Amino acid sequence: MSEFLQQLINGVTQGSVYALIALGYTMVYGILRLINFAHGDVYMLGAFFAYYSARWYGAAQDPNPMKALLVLVTAMAGCGLAGWIIERAAYRPVRKSSRLAALITAIGVSLLLENGGQIVFGADPKFFPQIIPLKNIPLGGGVTISNQQLIILAVSLGLMGLLRFIVLHTRTGKAMRAVSHSHTAAALMGISVDRIVSFTFVLGSMLAAAGGVLVALKDPKIEPYMGVLPGIKAFVAAVLGGIGNVPGAVLGGLVMGIAEVLVVGYVSPTLRDAIAFVLLIVILLVRPAGLLGKNVAEKV
Amino acid sequence: MRRAVWGVALLAVIGLIDFVAPRLVNAYIMQIAVLCGINVILAVSLNLINGFTGQFSIGHAGFMAVGAYGAAMFSLSVGQGWVAVLGAAGVPPGIAHGIVLCVALVLGGLLAAVAGYLVGLPSLRLRGDYLAIVTLGFGEIIRVLILNIEAVGGARGLFGIPVWVSLFWVLTGAAGVVLLSRHLAHSTHGRALFAIRDDEVAAEALGVDTTRYKVLAFVLGSFFAGIAGGLFAHFLGYLNPSSFQFLKSIEVIAMVVLGGTGSISGAVIAAILLTVLPEVLRPVKDYRMVLYALMLIVLMITRPQGLMGSRELSWPRFGRRRTPKVAQ
Repeated sequence: MSEFLQQLINGVTQGSVYALIALGYTMVYGILRLINFAHGDVYMLGAFFAYYSARWYGAAQDPNPMKALLVLVTAMAGCGLAGWIIERAAYRPVRKSSRLAALITAIGVSLLLENGGQIVFGADPKFFPQIIPLKNIPLGGGVTISNQQLIILAVSLGLMGLLRFIVLHTRTGKAMRAVSHSHTAAALMGISVDRIVSFTFVLGSMLAAAGGVLVALKDPKIEPYMGVLPGIKAFVAAVLGGIGNVPGAVLGGLVMGIAEVLVVGYVSPTLRDAIAFVLLIVILLVRPAGLLGKNVAEKV
Repeated sequence: MRRAVWGVALLAVIGLIDFVAPRLVNAYIMQIAVLCGINVILAVSLNLINGFTGQFSIGHAGFMAVGAYGAAMFSLSVGQGWVAVLGAAGVPPGIAHGIVLCVALVLGGLLAAVAGYLVGLPSLRLRGDYLAIVTLGFGEIIRVLILNIEAVGGARGLFGIPVWVSLFWVLTGAAGVVLLSRHLAHSTHGRALFAIRDDEVAAEALGVDTTRYKVLAFVLGSFFAGIAGGLFAHFLGYLNPSSFQFLKSIEVIAMVVLGGTGSISGAVIAAILLTVLPEVLRPVKDYRMVLYALMLIVLMITRPQGLMGSRELSWPRFGRRRTPKVAQ
């Protein structure tokens, strides 16, 4: 039982990171109907920005929470800027073209970030400094939670709450919801669609950056291709929850994280990367629009 | 009769190319030519699913892997025995290899087609991006399964596959899939596929059995992907699961979209272009893939409809029309 609880804690931690990345996918999809394949690479950028800023602030020699927070904020700001540039330079010119053209552009951006990262950061893996020293906190019954896991949970929950507030209770959030319904109607109501799309990319990229920093805390090995698999899995999580649906992305991320950790713990570690997809196919066969997605009737 | 003559003439031309080419260019260029041919088969077969029928599949590497491993396992387990038997019966080795290779390729193709059928079935319920993600998931599941099956080499890869494939076989396969696509585009069945792509609801209302045709597109497309996989296996003599990663599927989609979705000649041109381009860029070393990615982005921004749009090369009947129209 205690082993199961331990696995569950690990799964929820893993899942909350997937959820952070999945939120970026689902927001961009909701607004542009675009699968932003470069999102996983923005997450990689986040980890690298954090790596360099941690060195710059000297966060490894003298670890304190303020410096760690500063590292997180710097990485998020850097990725927000990167997301803005990507949208402006690559996605906006193809927005009016077919969705497939936009998709190939996204793949191009993804390849560019991976291979560009290999040149700029170097191909060999780097080790993320311990900006928060590991401490294990016993919860009784043989179950422990590390302070890093607590931080991951707290930061992701906080960011999700913030996102929820922005989307539901601010004017910009209202505009985002309007644009996701219809670009034309939103533009007629005086909403600047371009600005809202840019804002969505910045927001999504910042969440991905936070995910990158949090994962780097836990698994300190970072390299330019680290975003590929988590990117695909987060996308699967977004689809699992019902793509375009914000609470769905969180739920999908958690389900994925828990399922993955349980499979590694009880079945076989080598099947880890397959289980996500098996789960996905089973859920989509039962609920074709995802767990929380609405099945929209087709209008003729 | 005329068709048979054309077929023989085509095979003769391919045979001639196969005979002359190695004497003109070096082995490196021959290898690129063979890989071009394999990618042409992949791109044109994916074009049947993505371009003709408008079903969004991003797991083509998975079907290719099924075909590759199926064909390779056949050759390793029984194929080589058959060659020995045929050899003892007095059949020259070249022909014996050809016969067994054909059986292996068709077997790999059929296995991939079964997989395509299984993936095509959920397309009854799923649309657009949900279907895409299921095909992605299928491709990844196949790869992870292969990694975990020791009998096919697991992560080490599968060694010692007999090398029977020359440019001749690859060109024949490419010509086959191009001709089949062309005939399909002009047939009733092809029109049904186009109708589904352009408006599924309208197609259904007009009496097109959309489910059947969507599955048909999947089965045909994956059959040829399987053939391409078999050719790949018998050309390199070695298979590794990492050859069939998600990136490979992406590469094939890039070929289809870059060529112009739905255009057969576009898929052929883009497949050759995207195979040759990374090789041409080899002198710039580290910047090779960066330039490749940049070119992909710039091409999509400047020509979002693809190189060919939905037009075809030199087929006046198709010229400048989005979909082939039936005579008024």
